[in-house]
Amino acid sequence: MSSSPATETRSMNMIQAINSALDVCMDRDPAITVMGEDVGYFGGVFKATEGLQKKYGKGRVFDTPINEGGIIGVAVGMSAYGLRPVPEIQFADYIYPGLDQLVSEAARLRYRSAGEFTAPITVRSPFGGGIFGGQTHSQSPEALFTHVAGIKTVIPSNPYDAKGLLVAAIEDNDPVIFFEPKRIYNGPFDGHYDRPVTPWAKHPQSQVPEGYYRIPLSQAAVVREGEAATMLAYGTMVHVALGVIEASGIDAEVIDLRTLWPVDIETIEASVKKTGRCIVVHEATRTGGFGAELSALVQERCFYHLEAPIERVTGWDTPYPHSLEWAYFPGPVRLTQALKRVIEA
Amino acid sequence: MAEAPAAPNMTPLSFHVPEPRFRPGDAVDYADFDRGEAGAVARPDVAALPADMRGHAYSLVRVLDDEGVAHGPWNPRLSPDRLRRMLRDMALTRAFDDRMYRAQRQGKTSFYMKCTGEEATSIAAAHALDRGDMCFPSYRQQGLLIARGWPIGQMMNQIYSNAGDNLKGRQMPIMYSAREAGFFSVSGNLTTQYPQAVGFAMASASRGDTRIAACWCGEGSTAEGDFHSACTFAAVYRAPVILNVINNQWAISSFSGIAGAEATTFAARGIGYGIASLRVDGNDILACYAVLDWAAERARGNHGPTLIEYFTYRAEGHSTSDDPTKYRSAEERGAWPLGDPIVRLKQHLIGLGEWDEERHAAMDKEVAEFIRDEGRKAEAQGTLHDGLSQPFTTMFEDVFEEQPWHLKEQSAQMQAERKAAGI
Ligand SMILES: Cc1ncc(C[n+]2csc(CCOP(=O)(O)OP(=O)(O)O)c2C)c(N)n1
Ligand SMILES: [Mg+2]
Repeated sequence: MSSSPATETRSMNMIQAINSALDVCMDRDPAITVMGEDVGYFGGVFKATEGLQKKYGKGRVFDTPINEGGIIGVAVGMSAYGLRPVPEIQFADYIYPGLDQLVSEAARLRYRSAGEFTAPITVRSPFGGGIFGGQTHSQSPEALFTHVAGIKTVIPSNPYDAKGLLVAAIEDNDPVIFFEPKRIYNGPFDGHYDRPVTPWAKHPQSQVPEGYYRIPLSQAAVVREGEAATMLAYGTMVHVALGVIEASGIDAEVIDLRTLWPVDIETIEASVKKTGRCIVVHEATRTGGFGAELSALVQERCFYHLEAPIERVTGWDTPYPHSLEWAYFPGPVRLTQALKRVIEA
Repeated sequence: MAEAPAAPNMTPLSFHVPEPRFRPGDAVDYADFDRGEAGAVARPDVAALPADMRGHAYSLVRVLDDEGVAHGPWNPRLSPDRLRRMLRDMALTRAFDDRMYRAQRQGKTSFYMKCTGEEATSIAAAHALDRGDMCFPSYRQQGLLIARGWPIGQMMNQIYSNAGDNLKGRQMPIMYSAREAGFFSVSGNLTTQYPQAVGFAMASASRGDTRIAACWCGEGSTAEGDFHSACTFAAVYRAPVILNVINNQWAISSFSGIAGAEATTFAARGIGYGIASLRVDGNDILACYAVLDWAAERARGNHGPTLIEYFTYRAEGHSTSDDPTKYRSAEERGAWPLGDPIVRLKQHLIGLGEWDEERHAAMDKEVAEFIRDEGRKAEAQGTLHDGLSQPFTTMFEDVFEEQPWHLKEQSAQMQAERKAAGI
């Protein structure tokens, strides 16, 4: 076996980076167990677990019955034994049958047993729209989880972060929801759906170390420094935000939250106090979305630095439509207009 | 990790993960599959107690033998006219699937799912049930709509999300809703329709109505909690409902063993709930019809629910997003011991002297031309990507009965947004 030091990098897309994170973690820790619908022999419908069953055996990588409550429930039980389960929920839209086990059980186990039992589970799941998946393959339910005490929520926006964050999530001793923006599995997406897709290979963040590294949870990344306004984004929307800034020539700062909860409040606070203007961006529906929490936090902590009302740019408060997908998606047009409003206010 | 076992002299536990018999490249041999004889399974009284017919959950009701001759007490003795209609409905369903699959491949829509090889299960149901009975389908029961005479063009419009789509482009292709045809809105979330069908049946019974309900799911979907909720409620209230499980052996890449088929049958799931349960050859449309007819009569007579497992084979990929050569042997389809439902009914009709090769060829041609013509008409109303067929404001309709202020604002914002951007 050739040892691959962390410094040796390779161009990876998001799927390959996630696969590499699982591989590296499983190699280091025999307690890590991957399971889910179609994740075994087939390697997952998005291929994120490809090759893992062959390498680590069916005892550690296996297909499950189609029962999301069961998947999360057995993960809690496996944790009680001492394993570190990494279940995949095939689409975030199908996580709801697992909510009771997540919300009532995994999230509160540490608290209710005073630390006697814990649930070091990382639930991976593709989320978000942009693939004409209609209302059951497009949802962004992250706010359901950030609302629950005891669960961490992580969303990467590029291959390098995806690997480093997934490693940190798996090593974290509390339950983590790890949502993967499926629209950018194969390449970054700036919201211009009518332009050709660019592959990750052309993006600097696709250079991923082969070996072990981690990106600590609860650390945001300032992906673009700027003075005019602060854009808070995560997942696919980071790329939409960067595209809009480039096209508009407005010198805004973009913060990729990476971990939604517990959020990196210091980075947000420092940025908004510097720029005095803030736009919160997500693809999820608006009302009660994570943007509402961010907006409240900014208001509470930066009120006297604000020079304009905080704007939220989000999906509309409707189910995700099939044919009108791009009218629903908070793309460059919606974001540019909000940015201008905030700058001109 | 937990410590090593405390008692080293004890047998270490082993972890069992089911594995299908055949993977890509494997030679396929179904020799040890016990089909039973056509006509061999007894037909219980429709009022039979579930406890008195447990064997039916493990046997296989078959009517047609390998020569296409009908045998035994389950032979529904349908008129040749009815048989020919069922044959055409199956042929129409297959032709429709082929056309819409190709349309997706040509980029005219985003997604499609075929039911090839499973046509008998839905067509039999549409013929055995009354038009007023309510169906709660999964995504693979297009045959119900076709056999109930829901316009093919309407189905195509839905698939294209075009101007004629009764669902206003909101749903992914094949997630039909057709209240007029007694066809409940298809959900993407597996098995949610199961308790809903039971609820419809409970409502119908509680109001002294005569309509019954039926639902469908795949064998993989029986693992969902909703399946078990449905069985419990159906048994407790003796609901007039038919619970149909289409065991096509595969759930995307997972074989039926991952849903529990190594240890028992899917029909046998019903036994523990006290539900009359039967297993039927799903590629034998006469057997499917007979069992459904039995279950419908049972429900109408207030004798309670029935669970039916249809043993069949998913002849094609799961959907247009799937490549089955990656996880199963390509030989399976050809070696399938229960044949093809269209071929078997055709053979039966020819044996009766009610059909021949020329008429079959003429039917295939007529069906293909009909589908082609309907397809052209539908495409004239637009396909998914050639311009958006729905007014944008429809996106904000039907979230609630009345549009609240926030949706009015969002709708206005979207229109302003598009105007300002010159879209
Ligand atoms: C709650 C939920 N979990 C997972 C899925 C993803 N999914 C869609 S179809 C499918 C397989 C279903 O197999 P089966 O029930 O056997 O039906 P078949 O496709 O064979 O007709 C899966 C896992 C889903 N749609 N809903
Ligand atoms: Mg199936």
